[in-house]
Amino acid sequence: MAEVSLEGEQRVFMTGNEVVAWAAVAAKVDIIYGYPITPQNEIMHYWTRLAPKYGKKFLQTEDEISAGFATLGGVLAGRKAFTASAGPGNVLMQESASMAEMMRLPIVYVIQQRGGPSTATVIYAQQEVTLTTFGGNGEGHRIVYSTATHQEIFDYTIKAFNMAWTYRFPTFILGDGYQAKMREPLTMYNPEERGMELVKPEPIIGDTTPGKKFKHLRNTYNTEDELYDVVMSNQRDWEAMAPQVIEWDEMGCDDADVILLTHGIVSRAAKGAYDQLRAEGKKVGFFRPITLRPFPDEQLKKAIKNAKKLFIAESAYGQLVKLVQNAIYGSTIEIVPMLRPGVGITTEELVDEYNKL
Amino acid sequence: MQEVKKDNILQPPMPSCWNEETKPHKFCPGCGHGIILKALGEAIDELGIKDKLVYGCDIGCSLLAWDFFAVDTVQTHHGRTTPVITGIKRANPEVIGVAYMGDGGGYAIGSQHLFNAAVRNEKITVILCNNCNYGMTGGQMAPTTLPGMKTETTPYGRDTEQTGQPTKGPEMVAAVAPEGAYVARGTIANVRQLKGFLKKALENQIAGNGFSFVEALASCPTNWRTNAKQTWEFVEKDMPQYFKIGELRTPQGKEG
Repeated sequence: MAEVSLEGEQRVFMTGNEVVAWAAVAAKVDIIYGYPITPQNEIMHYWTRLAPKYGKKFLQTEDEISAGFATLGGVLAGRKAFTASAGPGNVLMQESASMAEMMRLPIVYVIQQRGGPSTATVIYAQQEVTLTTFGGNGEGHRIVYSTATHQEIFDYTIKAFNMAWTYRFPTFILGDGYQAKMREPLTMYNPEERGMELVKPEPIIGDTTPGKKFKHLRNTYNTEDELYDVVMSNQRDWEAMAPQVIEWDEMGCDDADVILLTHGIVSRAAKGAYDQLRAEGKKVGFFRPITLRPFPDEQLKKAIKNAKKLFIAESAYGQLVKLVQNAIYGSTIEIVPMLRPGVGITTEELVDEYNKL
Repeated sequence: MQEVKKDNILQPPMPSCWNEETKPHKFCPGCGHGIILKALGEAIDELGIKDKLVYGCDIGCSLLAWDFFAVDTVQTHHGRTTPVITGIKRANPEVIGVAYMGDGGGYAIGSQHLFNAAVRNEKITVILCNNCNYGMTGGQMAPTTLPGMKTETTPYGRDTEQTGQPTKGPEMVAAVAPEGAYVARGTIANVRQLKGFLKKALENQIAGNGFSFVEALASCPTNWRTNAKQTWEFVEKDMPQYFKIGELRTPQGKEG
């Protein structure tokens, strides 16, 4: 791998998985716990090459359950720690994610979606949206960033650690196999040189200072009322946090008849379609949630106010559609879905579908 | 331990690392957990490691110990205490990590974690309570249920043709752990010896030698449906016939 300096700014050309490893170095991550699964493997490959040079650590665990829980251990010890997975591995990671939600542990997961259900393909999909936003036996108390470009993978991986340690909710970077494996240019930088503060981690337990006050952390409760109070307190914190972390992108929605709604890498095809159709004089808009959880509900409602149709395209069978329907409840706008589970979506296909409307 | 008097009545001696506010503890009368945790508490006191200790407890009856000690504690998911303590220790080797679990947590749902932590020689101490059944869920067959023993899921007695032989955990760990590991099986029927094993298991971690594992044979009269005499006979006589007491691995390589 090419050596990159994080001093100053540097233009680089690399795969998304490599970008994650560099972003973790830039975010001052201490340790990764991981288990191999395609298409996220190279995150570990690059990290294990970088780690000794930067005084970082790595542990390859026996499975994704262990990777998730060992990462929670790292976080408890007050270290910036993360793990990465995909597909069936993401399923197993949800057990640790639910403990993180209950105990408010700032764990970061990088998910590079592959096809589903089951083993399916190792290539690409957007079929882990429901799992990543609402997985586990809980209420979805988490942050999920859906990235579209390598620049975003770098920016949002750094941001994910800041958000996790600020709000103490598990935070996901939701990418996919295309983003993981393709190469493209981006600018890498030292976030502190850009004036961005990196939130410092601190021991949650395991502070070995003599005479410190001990702490007891649990996720088990004796009564319904006790649990209710905990979950509602987390819910209130999550709702208070939501306006601070919600991110979205939109173009031309004010005068649009049809709004193209996509997320992740599909939004790049949608941007292409938007540019092309606008150039042809079509009244088309573009909307993309960057945070899938919390979802930009109010922003989307405002964006579709004057539109007649909401054209939703995703590489899954309606997982984004469900989030959108929930977000815009009460709106009578017509939803036109383009659902391609496990298959990529191009600008040309979006334009063709648009022209059939 | 020190003599404590309340209202001029002598209180039972407690290890100083116990959390007095949560005593008497929540385990059933006659349960072995309290005895194991007393031996552990005394070992912690004698080594003076309270401030460096992180105690992790599993799901099952062991979770009732989430506020048992006056030390940093994390209660985790079923079987997942081994990876959580592994993660803490890897991130901060100054911590002395103890994972406490039952036979279901260690030998069934978390067996892959126990096995692999032993193989990797993780510098942690795992303590496992073997009481031959799943106590918290109401007395089902555990990996350690003895042949012919009646439980809620083996109401006619454990049929080893159908369910295999009881798991011998320390023997498994001893077979796979590298040099430097400490492995022993003690019993609540010999607390002095058990405390010695637990102390060595902690010292082995402090010395950075390797993985340390102690199984403790323990009682569960509630689910065994035994009276005091029957309970003690089962712990003292029946269990050790299958589960041999002693040290299986010491860092010097001596067999116990």
